[in-house]
Amino acid sequence: MARLNVWRGAVLGLAALYFLVPLAASVVFTVDVPGRGVTFDAYRQIVSTDGFGSSLLLSLELAAATIALVLLLTVPAVVALRLGAPRLRAVVEVVCSLPLVVPPIAFVAGIATVLKWGPDHLSRTPLFQTFVAVQNPDFPVVLVLAYVVMALPFVYRALDAGLGAIDVRTLVEAARSCGAGWTQALLRAVLPNLRGALLNAAFLTLALVLGEFTVAQLLGFRPFAVWIVAVGGEQAQLSVAVSVLSLLVTWALLLALAGAGGRTRTASSRG
Amino acid sequence: MTTALDTRAGTVPAARTGRRRRAPGWLAAVPLLAFTVLAFGLPALAMLDGAFTVTDQATGATSYSTANLAASLQGAYLTALVGSVKLSALSAVLGALLGLPLAQAVVTSRFRALREAVLTASGVLANFGGVPLAFAFVATLGNAGVLTRHLGLADRGWDLYSFWGLVIVYLYFLIPLMVLTITPALDGLRTQWREAARNNGATTAQYWRHVALPVLAPSLLGGLVLLFGSAFAAYATAAAMVGSAVPLVTLQIADALSGNVLVGQENVALALSLDMVLVAGLVMAVYLPLQRRSARWLA
Repeated sequence: MARLNVWRGAVLGLAALYFLVPLAASVVFTVDVPGRGVTFDAYRQIVSTDGFGSSLLLSLELAAATIALVLLLTVPAVVALRLGAPRLRAVVEVVCSLPLVVPPIAFVAGIATVLKWGPDHLSRTPLFQTFVAVQNPDFPVVLVLAYVVMALPFVYRALDAGLGAIDVRTLVEAARSCGAGWTQALLRAVLPNLRGALLNAAFLTLALVLGEFTVAQLLGFRPFAVWIVAVGGEQAQLSVAVSVLSLLVTWALLLALAGAGGRTRTASSRG
Repeated sequence: MTTALDTRAGTVPAARTGRRRRAPGWLAAVPLLAFTVLAFGLPALAMLDGAFTVTDQATGATSYSTANLAASLQGAYLTALVGSVKLSALSAVLGALLGLPLAQAVVTSRFRALREAVLTASGVLANFGGVPLAFAFVATLGNAGVLTRHLGLADRGWDLYSFWGLVIVYLYFLIPLMVLTITPALDGLRTQWREAARNNGATTAQYWRHVALPVLAPSLLGGLVLLFGSAFAAYATAAAMVGSAVPLVTLQIADALSGNVLVGQENVALALSLDMVLVAGLVMAVYLPLQRRSARWLA
């Protein structure tokens, strides 16, 4: 038994070392500048650096729009498919998992091709205006569309697991017997029971959008992650400082999610 | 006329209740499916179409051919594809080998808090790829990194912006991913099996060799494949860290797309993307049956 404990301690210790050292070193890197001693300038500069506010705001707006759209599309569909149409449910499950097979970089290559059709073939049709509007740099709708697709597999799984833990049919039938309409049954009977799964899906989407770099960079937009890399070229200290901060924020969000998710997981394993 | 009205009056309520019960079933899924066709199907088809389209530079005429795919499997593109496969395979194997003992140490621990903490942290770290990860490692082991300076690693030939540098960085999100994937399978190993093996005179090594590993094999393979896919698709970390010092297929696609290399390489980028989709599809085709197989033991 003692030998086992030594072995386990060594494994855990090494793991802790590997996972904690880069974090600690990042903080040291931003605070301890060679030749200038300990200084917090890097953190003080963040807010005043050009583009910080606008890119962060853009990322948050994109996240809000993505979460709203993805939930609006998936929630009615998965709930309705639970109630009936089991064959279609298999189809939707496959469709929602398909984005997993297409890596983001391949996906953005496809999007870029489609966007090029605008100037190439459609410049005289009314559709062209749509293509222009979708790529408005102030609020690129095309990114929202892409992020919804990328979030679909995770959102679908979160919702499906949440729905598996409750008896949707009985809930809806009870609500309908009491005279509720379909929307009322969905909004006031099903959704409150799905709170954990919805939060889970929303947090996963939020983390995905805040950290997303590939699609935004290759389509030429400048949300937060792209901005960090752009700044990193000139001011290494600053970009690491922003990374540390964004990391802490993402972690706080994901830890909150893990807390919520952990509770739903135990609930579903009991049921 | 009256009879017609009567029959309608008689059937409408029944029909309506019938439709009421059934209609939402597929109607509610229509927006979702329509959206996927538009936002996912359209780019996917465009990629497929572009990958097989060749434009004649002189006349501007387009024709279908496999020239792009052939080009994507030659020269620098082939080097990149092979580089990506090598990097992903090596980091996946290392991630699996290092993740398994960590998961085992956590699962057999008597401290419930430790288990919860490691699993939560794994969930966080597995999702923590991309730009911040790259910068954290640049600050730690880069040319001016804290460890590089204090331990004098540069004099010993250490270079973060290399193949092995990327492996070390990738392991940062691959090991936690492995812990998350394998923990349910390790939980499924019953104590009774170990006791039964010991009662029959088996040593610990024999127990692992003949009982535990065969049961774990599908989950282990599944985790390995998942890690490979995850490393294969990663772009942001590599782009923010090494630029194009290490040949990777994702970096090549990005270069060709933004016209950094040659004009007219966009369709080769699409062919490379198609290559990636095929590899990712293969990964999923291996992973899903394995996952189903391992689920049998965990029930």
